[in-house]
Amino acid sequence: MSAVVEVQNLSKHFKNVKAVDDVTFSVEENTIYGLLGRNGAGKTTVMQLLTGQDFASSGDIRVFGESPVENARVLQNISFIKESQKYPDEFQPKHVFRSAPWFFPNWDSAFAERLIDDFRLPLNRRIKKLSRGQLSAIGVIVGLASRAPLTFFDEPYLGLDAVARQIFYDRLLEDYGEHPRTVILSTHLIDEVSNLLEHVLVIDEGRIIIDEEAEALRGSATTVVGTRAAVDAFTAPREVLHSEYLGGLASVTVGRLSPGERVEAAEAGLELSPVSLQQLVVRRTNVSQKEFEQSA
Amino acid sequence: MDESRPIFVQIAELIENDIIAGALPEESQVPSTNEFAAFHRINPATAGKGVNLLVDEGILYKKRGIGMFVATGARDTLVAKRRDRFQNEFVRPLVTEAGKLGITQAQLVAMIRKEDAE
Repeated sequence: MSAVVEVQNLSKHFKNVKAVDDVTFSVEENTIYGLLGRNGAGKTTVMQLLTGQDFASSGDIRVFGESPVENARVLQNISFIKESQKYPDEFQPKHVFRSAPWFFPNWDSAFAERLIDDFRLPLNRRIKKLSRGQLSAIGVIVGLASRAPLTFFDEPYLGLDAVARQIFYDRLLEDYGEHPRTVILSTHLIDEVSNLLEHVLVIDEGRIIIDEEAEALRGSATTVVGTRAAVDAFTAPREVLHSEYLGGLASVTVGRLSPGERVEAAEAGLELSPVSLQQLVVRRTNVSQKEFEQSA
Repeated sequence: MDESRPIFVQIAELIENDIIAGALPEESQVPSTNEFAAFHRINPATAGKGVNLLVDEGILYKKRGIGMFVATGARDTLVAKRRDRFQNEFVRPLVTEAGKLGITQAQLVAMIRKEDAE
Protein backbone atom coordinates (compact mmCIF):
# COMPACT_ATOMS: atom_id res chain seq x y z
CA MET A 1 0.00 0.00 0.00
CA SER A 2 1.23 3.47 -0.73
CA ALA A 3 0.36 6.75 0.90
CA VAL A 4 -1.94 9.09 -1.00
CA VAL A 5 -1.60 11.86 1.55
CA GLU A 6 1.44 12.62 3.68
CA VAL A 7 1.27 15.41 6.21
CA GLN A 8 4.18 16.51 8.37
CA ASN A 9 4.12 18.96 11.26
CA LEU A 10 1.19 20.77 9.70
CA SER A 11 -0.13 23.84 11.51
CA LYS A 12 -2.72 26.42 10.64
CA HIS A 13 -3.22 29.48 12.83
CA PHE A 14 -6.01 32.00 12.58
CA LYS A 15 -4.90 35.02 14.63
CA ASN A 16 -4.71 33.50 18.12
CA VAL A 17 -6.44 30.23 17.33
CA LYS A 18 -4.43 27.12 16.49
CA ALA A 19 -6.99 25.39 14.28
CA VAL A 20 -4.45 22.71 13.33
CA ASP A 21 -1.57 22.25 15.69
CA ASP A 22 1.57 20.42 14.53
CA VAL A 23 -0.18 17.42 12.99
CA THR A 24 1.58 14.48 11.29
CA PHE A 25 -0.25 11.61 9.62
CA SER A 26 -0.61 9.77 6.36
CA VAL A 27 -3.52 8.34 4.39
CA GLU A 28 -3.13 5.00 2.59
CA GLU A 29 -4.44 4.32 -0.89
CA ASN A 30 -7.84 2.64 -1.41
CA THR A 31 -8.98 2.86 2.17
CA ILE A 32 -12.05 4.40 3.81
CA TYR A 33 -11.02 6.78 6.59
CA GLY A 34 -13.18 8.34 9.25
CA LEU A 35 -12.10 11.84 10.28
CA LEU A 36 -13.89 12.33 13.57
CA GLY A 37 -14.00 14.98 16.25
CA ARG A 38 -16.13 17.64 17.85
CA ASN A 39 -17.34 20.83 16.22
CA GLY A 40 -14.43 23.21 15.82
CA ALA A 41 -11.86 20.45 16.38
CA GLY A 42 -10.14 21.25 13.07
CA LYS A 43 -11.58 18.61 10.72
CA THR A 44 -12.75 21.00 8.01
CA THR A 45 -9.54 23.03 8.22
CA VAL A 46 -7.48 19.88 7.66
CA MET A 47 -9.59 18.98 4.62
CA GLN A 48 -9.31 22.50 3.22
CA LEU A 49 -5.54 22.36 3.58
CA LEU A 50 -5.34 18.94 1.92
CA THR A 51 -7.42 20.15 -1.02
CA GLY A 52 -5.40 23.34 -1.54
CA GLN A 53 -8.27 25.62 -0.54
CA ASP A 54 -6.31 27.19 2.26
CA PHE A 55 -2.64 27.84 3.00
CA ALA A 56 -0.80 26.16 5.83
CA SER A 57 0.93 28.35 8.43
CA SER A 58 3.73 25.81 8.57
CA GLY A 59 4.47 22.18 7.80
CA ASP A 60 4.42 20.03 4.70
CA ILE A 61 1.53 18.50 2.72
CA ARG A 62 1.99 15.94 -0.06
CA VAL A 63 -1.05 14.70 -1.95
CA PHE A 64 -0.22 12.12 -4.62
CA GLY A 65 3.37 13.09 -3.89
CA GLU A 66 2.96 16.80 -4.64
CA SER A 67 1.77 20.00 -3.00
CA PRO A 68 -1.96 20.42 -3.67
CA VAL A 69 -1.87 24.23 -3.78
CA GLU A 70 -2.73 25.55 -7.27
CA ASN A 71 -1.78 22.13 -8.64
CA ALA A 72 -4.18 20.88 -11.33
CA ARG A 73 -2.49 17.47 -11.52
CA VAL A 74 -3.40 16.84 -7.90
CA LEU A 75 -6.74 18.64 -7.77
CA GLN A 76 -8.31 16.86 -10.75
CA ASN A 77 -7.99 13.65 -8.74
CA ILE A 78 -9.81 15.09 -5.74
CA SER A 79 -13.51 15.40 -5.03
CA PHE A 80 -14.35 17.50 -1.94
CA ILE A 81 -17.99 17.47 -0.84
CA LYS A 82 -18.66 20.18 1.68
CA GLU A 83 -21.39 20.60 4.21
CA SER A 84 -22.72 23.70 2.47
CA GLN A 85 -21.68 23.89 -1.14
CA LYS A 86 -22.63 27.13 -2.89
CA TYR A 87 -24.06 27.08 -6.40
CA PRO A 88 -24.78 29.91 -8.86
CA ASP A 89 -28.19 31.50 -8.19
CA GLU A 90 -29.98 30.28 -11.30
CA PHE A 91 -28.59 26.72 -11.10
CA GLN A 92 -30.81 23.66 -11.13
CA PRO A 93 -29.56 20.17 -10.15
CA LYS A 94 -29.41 19.16 -13.84
CA HIS A 95 -26.84 21.93 -14.43
CA VAL A 96 -24.66 20.55 -11.65
CA PHE A 97 -24.70 17.06 -13.16
CA ARG A 98 -24.13 18.39 -16.66
CA SER A 99 -21.06 20.36 -15.61
CA ALA A 100 -19.59 17.76 -13.24
CA PRO A 101 -17.90 15.74 -16.05
CA TRP A 102 -15.84 18.85 -16.93
CA PHE A 103 -14.13 18.65 -13.57
CA PHE A 104 -14.04 14.91 -12.87
CA PRO A 105 -12.38 12.70 -15.48
CA ASN A 106 -13.87 9.52 -13.94
CA TRP A 107 -17.45 10.87 -13.85
CA ASP A 108 -20.00 8.06 -14.39
CA SER A 109 -23.26 9.59 -15.64
CA ALA A 110 -25.18 6.29 -15.53
CA PHE A 111 -24.26 5.90 -11.86
CA ALA A 112 -25.25 9.53 -11.23
CA GLU A 113 -28.66 8.90 -12.82
CA ARG A 114 -29.23 5.86 -10.69
CA LEU A 115 -28.36 7.89 -7.58
CA ILE A 116 -30.70 10.70 -8.65
CA ASP A 117 -33.49 8.09 -8.77
CA ASP A 118 -32.44 6.60 -5.42
CA PHE A 119 -32.53 9.99 -3.72
CA ARG A 120 -35.65 11.12 -5.64
CA LEU A 121 -33.95 14.37 -6.49
CA PRO A 122 -35.93 16.79 -8.68
CA LEU A 123 -33.67 17.89 -11.54
CA ASN A 124 -35.54 20.89 -12.86
CA ARG A 125 -36.05 22.94 -9.75
CA ARG A 126 -33.94 25.94 -8.78
CA ILE A 127 -31.38 24.83 -6.20
CA LYS A 128 -32.41 27.75 -3.99
CA LYS A 129 -35.85 26.15 -3.68
CA LEU A 130 -34.59 22.71 -2.63
CA SER A 131 -34.83 21.40 0.90
CA ARG A 132 -31.73 21.02 3.04
CA GLY A 133 -31.79 17.24 2.50
CA GLN A 134 -32.13 17.57 -1.28
CA LEU A 135 -29.20 19.98 -1.29
CA SER A 136 -27.14 17.41 0.61
CA ALA A 137 -28.24 14.72 -1.86
CA ILE A 138 -26.68 16.72 -4.72
CA GLY A 139 -23.35 16.72 -2.88
CA VAL A 140 -23.51 13.03 -2.09
CA ILE A 141 -24.31 12.17 -5.73
CA VAL A 142 -21.45 14.32 -7.02
CA GLY A 143 -19.07 12.78 -4.47
CA LEU A 144 -19.97 9.22 -5.41
CA ALA A 145 -20.35 9.56 -9.19
CA SER A 146 -17.12 11.56 -9.57
CA ARG A 147 -15.16 8.44 -8.48
CA ALA A 148 -12.18 10.62 -7.68
CA PRO A 149 -9.14 8.68 -6.43
CA LEU A 150 -9.30 10.86 -3.31
CA THR A 151 -12.80 11.78 -2.15
CA PHE A 152 -13.62 13.92 0.88
CA PHE A 153 -17.09 13.98 2.42
CA ASP A 154 -17.32 16.72 5.05
CA GLU A 155 -20.57 16.18 6.98
CA PRO A 156 -22.24 15.35 3.68
CA TYR A 157 -25.70 14.62 4.95
CA LEU A 158 -27.19 17.50 6.84
CA GLY A 159 -30.98 17.12 6.54
CA LEU A 160 -30.82 13.70 4.86
CA ASP A 161 -33.36 11.29 6.32
CA ALA A 162 -32.42 7.84 7.63
CA VAL A 163 -33.45 6.13 4.39
CA ALA A 164 -31.31 8.45 2.30
CA ARG A 165 -28.32 8.02 4.63
CA GLN A 166 -28.62 4.25 4.34
CA ILE A 167 -28.72 4.58 0.54
CA PHE A 168 -25.56 6.66 0.74
CA TYR A 169 -23.74 4.04 2.84
CA ASP A 170 -24.92 1.15 0.64
CA ARG A 171 -23.99 2.83 -2.63
CA LEU A 172 -20.65 3.94 -1.22
CA LEU A 173 -19.76 0.37 -0.18
CA GLU A 174 -20.95 -1.18 -3.44
CA ASP A 175 -19.15 1.29 -5.63
CA TYR A 176 -16.02 1.29 -3.49
CA GLY A 177 -15.93 -2.51 -3.81
CA GLU A 178 -15.93 -2.26 -7.60
CA HIS A 179 -13.88 0.92 -7.92
CA PRO A 180 -11.54 1.11 -4.94
CA ARG A 181 -10.46 4.61 -4.01
CA THR A 182 -9.49 6.62 -0.98
CA VAL A 183 -12.42 8.09 0.91
CA ILE A 184 -12.18 10.44 3.87
CA LEU A 185 -15.50 10.73 5.65
CA SER A 186 -16.03 13.34 8.32
CA THR A 187 -19.17 12.89 10.36
CA HIS A 188 -20.78 13.16 13.78
CA LEU A 189 -22.96 10.09 13.17
CA ILE A 190 -20.18 7.76 14.23
CA ASP A 191 -22.34 4.76 15.14
CA GLU A 192 -23.84 4.77 11.66
CA VAL A 193 -20.52 4.64 9.86
CA SER A 194 -18.29 2.72 12.27
CA ASN A 195 -18.52 -0.57 10.32
CA LEU A 196 -17.72 1.18 7.05
CA LEU A 197 -14.44 2.59 8.23
CA GLU A 198 -11.11 0.86 7.88
CA HIS A 199 -9.06 3.53 9.61
CA VAL A 200 -9.99 6.17 12.16
CA LEU A 201 -8.46 9.59 12.72
CA VAL A 202 -9.77 11.55 15.68
CA ILE A 203 -8.88 15.20 15.93
CA ASP A 204 -9.36 17.31 19.03
CA GLU A 205 -8.35 20.93 19.50
CA GLY A 206 -6.27 20.79 16.36
CA ARG A 207 -4.33 17.65 17.29
CA ILE A 208 -4.68 14.06 16.14
CA ILE A 209 -5.45 12.05 19.27
CA ILE A 210 -6.32 8.71 17.63
CA ASP A 211 -4.77 7.34 14.42
CA GLU A 212 -5.65 3.66 14.37
CA GLU A 213 -7.15 0.80 12.39
CA ALA A 214 -10.89 0.61 13.08
CA GLU A 215 -10.58 -3.09 13.93
CA ALA A 216 -7.86 -2.39 16.48
CA LEU A 217 -10.11 0.16 18.18
CA ARG A 218 -12.87 -2.39 18.65
CA GLY A 219 -12.59 -3.72 22.17
CA SER A 220 -9.94 -1.12 23.04
CA ALA A 221 -12.19 0.06 25.86
CA THR A 222 -14.63 -1.77 28.12
CA THR A 223 -17.21 -0.57 30.59
CA VAL A 224 -17.21 -2.43 33.90
CA VAL A 225 -20.48 -2.40 35.83
CA GLY A 226 -21.20 -3.70 39.32
CA THR A 227 -21.22 -2.73 42.96
CA ARG A 228 -19.08 0.27 43.73
CA ALA A 229 -16.61 -1.58 45.95
CA ALA A 230 -16.07 -4.40 43.43
CA VAL A 231 -15.74 -2.04 40.47
CA ASP A 232 -13.33 0.24 42.30
CA ALA A 233 -11.19 -2.72 43.39
CA PHE A 234 -11.02 -4.02 39.82
CA THR A 235 -10.40 -0.69 38.10
CA ALA A 236 -8.06 0.90 40.67
CA PRO A 237 -4.80 -0.23 38.98
CA ARG A 238 -6.01 0.84 35.52
CA GLU A 239 -6.36 4.03 33.57
CA VAL A 240 -9.97 5.13 33.92
CA LEU A 241 -11.48 6.83 30.86
CA HIS A 242 -14.81 7.59 32.45
CA SER A 243 -16.79 6.78 35.56
CA GLU A 244 -20.37 7.15 36.67
CA TYR A 245 -21.93 6.29 40.00
CA LEU A 246 -25.52 5.63 40.92
CA GLY A 247 -26.03 4.90 44.61
CA GLY A 248 -24.04 1.77 45.38
CA LEU A 249 -23.51 0.97 41.71
CA ALA A 250 -20.64 2.01 39.51
CA SER A 251 -20.03 2.03 35.78
CA VAL A 252 -16.39 2.63 34.90
CA THR A 253 -14.77 2.62 31.47
CA VAL A 254 -11.21 1.32 31.22
CA GLY A 255 -8.85 0.31 28.41
CA ARG A 256 -8.48 -3.07 26.73
CA LEU A 257 -8.87 -6.15 28.94
CA SER A 258 -7.07 -9.46 28.34
CA PRO A 259 -9.10 -12.70 28.31
CA GLY A 260 -7.64 -13.45 31.75
CA GLU A 261 -8.78 -10.10 33.09
CA ARG A 262 -12.25 -10.72 31.67
CA VAL A 263 -12.47 -13.99 33.57
CA GLU A 264 -11.24 -12.23 36.70
CA ALA A 265 -13.94 -9.58 36.31
CA ALA A 266 -16.64 -12.18 35.75
CA GLU A 267 -15.54 -14.03 38.86
CA ALA A 268 -15.78 -10.79 40.84
CA GLY A 269 -19.41 -10.57 39.72
CA LEU A 270 -18.82 -7.65 37.38
CA GLU A 271 -20.54 -7.15 34.07
CA LEU A 272 -18.50 -6.10 31.07
CA SER A 273 -19.92 -4.26 28.12
CA PRO A 274 -18.15 -3.13 24.96
CA VAL A 275 -17.65 0.55 24.20
CA SER A 276 -18.71 1.62 20.72
CA LEU A 277 -16.49 3.77 18.56
CA GLN A 278 -18.83 6.69 19.15
CA GLN A 279 -18.63 6.31 22.92
CA LEU A 280 -14.87 5.94 22.69
CA VAL A 281 -14.55 9.19 20.73
CA VAL A 282 -16.83 10.92 23.22
CA ARG A 283 -14.71 9.70 26.14
CA ARG A 284 -11.45 10.65 24.51
CA THR A 285 -12.62 14.10 23.48
CA ASN A 286 -13.74 14.78 27.03
CA VAL A 287 -17.45 15.33 27.05
CA SER A 288 -20.14 13.42 28.80
CA GLN A 289 -22.45 11.38 26.61
CA LYS A 290 -25.34 13.62 27.66
CA GLU A 291 -23.71 16.79 26.43
CA PHE A 292 -22.77 15.06 23.18
CA GLU A 293 -26.30 13.97 22.47
CA GLN A 294 -27.65 17.40 23.25
CA SER A 295 -25.23 19.02 20.85
CA ALA A 296 -25.93 16.48 18.09
CA MET B 1 -22.19 -7.11 14.97
CA ASP B 2 -20.79 -7.50 18.45
CA GLU B 3 -18.88 -4.34 19.42
CA SER B 4 -16.32 -6.08 21.59
CA ARG B 5 -14.71 -8.27 18.94
CA PRO B 6 -13.09 -7.59 15.57
CA ILE B 7 -15.61 -7.71 12.71
CA PHE B 8 -13.39 -9.92 10.55
CA VAL B 9 -13.44 -12.65 13.21
CA GLN B 10 -17.23 -12.43 13.31
CA ILE B 11 -17.45 -12.66 9.53
CA ALA B 12 -15.29 -15.79 9.59
CA GLU B 13 -17.59 -17.29 12.25
CA LEU B 14 -20.70 -16.51 10.20
CA ILE B 15 -19.21 -18.36 7.23
CA GLU B 16 -18.21 -21.24 9.52
CA ASN B 17 -21.78 -21.42 10.84
CA ASP B 18 -23.13 -21.63 7.29
CA ILE B 19 -20.71 -24.44 6.48
CA ILE B 20 -21.59 -26.38 9.64
CA ALA B 21 -25.33 -25.89 9.02
CA GLY B 22 -24.93 -27.08 5.43
CA ALA B 23 -26.07 -23.80 3.91
CA LEU B 24 -22.64 -23.63 2.22
CA PRO B 25 -21.93 -27.22 1.09
CA GLU B 26 -18.39 -28.40 0.41
CA GLU B 27 -17.06 -27.45 -3.04
CA SER B 28 -19.76 -24.78 -3.36
CA GLN B 29 -18.83 -21.18 -4.14
CA VAL B 30 -19.02 -18.66 -1.29
CA PRO B 31 -20.20 -15.09 -1.91
CA SER B 32 -17.54 -12.58 -2.93
CA THR B 33 -15.91 -10.21 -0.48
CA ASN B 34 -17.90 -7.33 -1.95
CA GLU B 35 -21.15 -9.26 -1.54
CA PHE B 36 -20.34 -9.98 2.10
CA ALA B 37 -19.46 -6.33 2.62
CA ALA B 38 -22.67 -5.07 1.02
CA PHE B 39 -24.84 -7.58 2.88
CA HIS B 40 -23.38 -6.94 6.32
CA ARG B 41 -22.74 -3.25 5.58
CA ILE B 42 -19.09 -3.44 6.47
CA ASN B 43 -15.86 -2.36 4.85
CA PRO B 44 -14.85 -4.75 2.02
CA ALA B 45 -11.27 -4.92 3.35
CA THR B 46 -12.63 -6.17 6.68
CA ALA B 47 -14.80 -8.79 4.95
CA GLY B 48 -11.74 -9.85 2.94
CA LYS B 49 -9.75 -10.28 6.14
CA GLY B 50 -12.43 -12.61 7.50
CA VAL B 51 -12.45 -14.68 4.32
CA ASN B 52 -8.63 -14.86 4.31
CA LEU B 53 -8.66 -16.15 7.87
CA LEU B 54 -10.59 -19.19 6.59
CA VAL B 55 -8.32 -19.54 3.57
CA ASP B 56 -5.32 -19.69 5.93
CA GLU B 57 -7.03 -22.44 7.91
CA GLY B 58 -7.76 -24.43 4.75
CA ILE B 59 -11.53 -24.11 5.16
CA LEU B 60 -11.90 -22.09 1.96
CA TYR B 61 -9.72 -22.12 -1.13
CA LYS B 62 -9.29 -19.74 -4.00
CA LYS B 63 -9.86 -20.59 -7.67
CA ARG B 64 -8.02 -17.99 -9.66
CA GLY B 65 -10.34 -15.66 -11.51
CA ILE B 66 -13.45 -17.49 -10.32
CA GLY B 67 -13.79 -17.01 -6.58
CA MET B 68 -13.75 -18.73 -3.21
CA PHE B 69 -14.94 -22.29 -2.58
CA VAL B 70 -15.56 -24.45 0.48
CA ALA B 71 -12.83 -27.10 0.77
CA THR B 72 -13.66 -30.80 0.96
CA GLY B 73 -13.52 -31.89 4.60
CA ALA B 74 -14.12 -28.31 5.82
CA ARG B 75 -17.24 -29.26 7.74
CA ASP B 76 -15.53 -32.05 9.70
CA THR B 77 -12.62 -29.76 10.54
CA LEU B 78 -14.96 -27.06 11.80
CA VAL B 79 -17.08 -29.45 13.84
CA ALA B 80 -13.94 -30.83 15.53
CA LYS B 81 -12.74 -27.28 16.27
CA ARG B 82 -16.12 -26.27 17.73
CA ARG B 83 -16.25 -29.42 19.89
CA ASP B 84 -12.93 -28.45 21.45
CA ARG B 85 -14.36 -25.07 22.37
CA PHE B 86 -17.67 -26.44 23.59
CA GLN B 87 -16.30 -27.30 27.04
CA ASN B 88 -14.90 -23.80 27.64
CA GLU B 89 -17.61 -21.75 26.02
CA PHE B 90 -20.75 -23.61 27.02
CA VAL B 91 -20.17 -26.26 29.69
CA ARG B 92 -18.01 -24.17 32.03
CA PRO B 93 -20.35 -21.15 32.22
CA LEU B 94 -23.30 -23.53 32.62
CA VAL B 95 -21.71 -25.24 35.60
CA THR B 96 -20.62 -21.90 37.13
CA GLU B 97 -24.11 -20.43 36.84
CA ALA B 98 -25.69 -23.63 38.20
CA GLY B 99 -23.32 -23.44 41.19
CA LYS B 100 -24.36 -19.81 41.88
CA LEU B 101 -28.01 -20.82 41.90
CA GLY B 102 -27.45 -23.84 44.17
CA ILE B 103 -28.38 -26.35 41.46
CA THR B 104 -26.76 -29.70 42.29
CA GLN B 105 -24.91 -31.79 39.73
CA ALA B 106 -27.72 -34.39 39.77
CA GLN B 107 -30.34 -31.69 39.16
CA LEU B 108 -28.26 -30.26 36.32
CA VAL B 109 -27.94 -33.69 34.69
CA ALA B 110 -31.71 -34.18 35.04
CA MET B 111 -32.32 -30.83 33.38
CA ILE B 112 -30.06 -31.70 30.46
CA ARG B 113 -31.82 -35.06 30.05
CA LYS B 114 -35.19 -33.35 30.04
CA GLU B 115 -34.08 -30.82 27.45
CA ASP B 116 -32.59 -33.54 25.29
CA ALA B 117 -35.81 -35.60 25.41
CA GLU B 118 -37.90 -32.72 24.12
